[in-house]
Amino acid sequence: MGELKLMKGNEALAEAAIRAGADAYFGYPITPQSEVIEYLMSEKPEERTGMVVLQAESEVASINMLYGAGGTGKKVMTSSSSPGISLMQEGLSYIAGAEIPCVVANVVRGGPGLGDIQPAQSDYFQAVKGGGHGDYRLIVLAPSSVQEMSDFVPLSFDLAFKYRTPVMIISDGLIGQMMEKVELFDQMDRLTDEEVIEKYPWATNGKPVGKERRILTSLDLDPHKLEKHNHHLQAKYREIEEKEVLSETLHCDDAEYIMVAYGSSARIAQKTIQLAREEGIKVGLIRPITLWPYPKKEIEKYVQKGIKGFLSVEMSMGQMVEDIRLVVEGRTKVEHFGRVGGVIHSPEEVLEALKQKLIGG
Amino acid sequence: MSGLTVQDIVKPENLVYKKTDLMTDKTLSYCPGCGHGTAHRLIMEVIEELGKEHETIGVAPVGCSVLAYEFMNVDMQEAAHGRAPAVATAIKRVWPGKVVFTYQGDGDLAAIGTAETIHACNRGEKIVIVFINNGIYGMTGGQMAPTTLPGMKTSTSPYGREVVAMGNPLKITELVAQLPGTYFVTRQAVHTAVAVRKAKKALKKAFQNQIDGKPGLSFVEIVSNCNSGWKMTPVDANIWMEENMFPFYQLGDIKKDGQLIEKK
Repeated sequence: MGELKLMKGNEALAEAAIRAGADAYFGYPITPQSEVIEYLMSEKPEERTGMVVLQAESEVASINMLYGAGGTGKKVMTSSSSPGISLMQEGLSYIAGAEIPCVVANVVRGGPGLGDIQPAQSDYFQAVKGGGHGDYRLIVLAPSSVQEMSDFVPLSFDLAFKYRTPVMIISDGLIGQMMEKVELFDQMDRLTDEEVIEKYPWATNGKPVGKERRILTSLDLDPHKLEKHNHHLQAKYREIEEKEVLSETLHCDDAEYIMVAYGSSARIAQKTIQLAREEGIKVGLIRPITLWPYPKKEIEKYVQKGIKGFLSVEMSMGQMVEDIRLVVEGRTKVEHFGRVGGVIHSPEEVLEALKQKLIGG
Repeated sequence: MSGLTVQDIVKPENLVYKKTDLMTDKTLSYCPGCGHGTAHRLIMEVIEELGKEHETIGVAPVGCSVLAYEFMNVDMQEAAHGRAPAVATAIKRVWPGKVVFTYQGDGDLAAIGTAETIHACNRGEKIVIVFINNGIYGMTGGQMAPTTLPGMKTSTSPYGREVVAMGNPLKITELVAQLPGTYFVTRQAVHTAVAVRKAKKALKKAFQNQIDGKPGLSFVEIVSNCNSGWKMTPVDANIWMEENMFPFYQLGDIKKDGQLIEKK
């Protein structure tokens, strides 16, 4: 068993970055995720593992630092919250285009605009549908506990390097700020410079003797070549959709209705299941762990089983519900319930919505 | 001299000058008369002479030199507009033993990327920034730049830059020289043989500073022409540059060994 600690989600994320053997973290403070860089600075990772931590002048700079250091084959990470993640969209588009591995954590807060500093899930569209310009995707992982804030860091690095693509860990102010018991994984070794050079021949760390130079760019002025590059990216995204979907189901076997919820909402939905079943309402939960690629097959399975309706429970005005509807294609009822602006729905409210929108309606 | 053939002339012992292998054979995308090609070549010659071709990572900008990586035969990353100093900062931080430089134009470095420029300089990142200032946006067709001179006509200041409405040209090189993080700040040109020699010396000093681990950033501005953007012949553009650009953007070292040079 690994080391047990009581930690905030943000601290667990930061500790996991050190333990996962990250080479660098670049970030800019913003509530509710400033504990990430605060924790890193206090831990002196330069002494613990040799990891570089730098406070950038903006989120724009942070994401471009990921582009630079990630492009050299190093394991790099940043974190921010909604308005800061908006500033990173340009960089994410370039990173996706140039196929640079990196990990970006978004501890989501209420929006739009400056919004507030309370938990929200209203950055779903931005995370899974693009956000920046051009045809690209991020792999998006949604932790629903402090434990997963830790566990998803090494998983994200693995996926980022496996597919040379940016990975986003999307949580919210609730998961970031709350304290839970977490079992920390053991320290992993950072790759040596020689191992990085050996392992990632595409990375720019000095032209090898007797070999061609490496160029990392998202530019190609030849439209036919750029189209080809886009097809290459799409083929990679199809492979990710095929192989990397993660989800969890709870009480779905005998369910007549299914809630679909991720992150904090999934925790609340668990309580709703208990309340509903006490009243004899057979309801289950599908928890998408990867928001992209989306667990379409899991939802399709229950459509086939003749489920009477899905309720998308999310702290947004109805974003993920669109992806459920894309799978369901009108074959059964799909409704949405969620509180927004930093308000967190109660299990009772969710049960009420389930009754009104699906069972009674 | 009769009877000499090409074969007689092209012999290793007759070689007086050779293009560095660190410039590719690809035809430059720059307009005839433009200073970019010379600036590229000087940087590559310096890296070759310093023996760092296998340890250098360059960062290209957005602008006319967006394709710099097509010509510079070293590992390169193409940055988003203005972000090259942030990109280079991170590369140097994770590979402190490598030689890292950015190559940026005036719009990239002194407009959209002002924050990244100033903060990389102020942190004293141990990188080289090469700044090509031609007072105009060449790539997009001759629009006003942050360095466009007062009264200068561009496609977005068609009646001349009116400073009351459009603001003053930004002497960002003098500005970064004031920051404690810069170690060497100089302004050069590449329009004559003498200027080229001086510019190369300055570039060599800048890269040598980085290799020697000198405390701070080396910043080399090269005032260059843009005959297409200025709508002049290359020769007229060079004359115009001497008569108008140089009085405003005075050539020479501004800061050396971390010390500002006092103007007499």
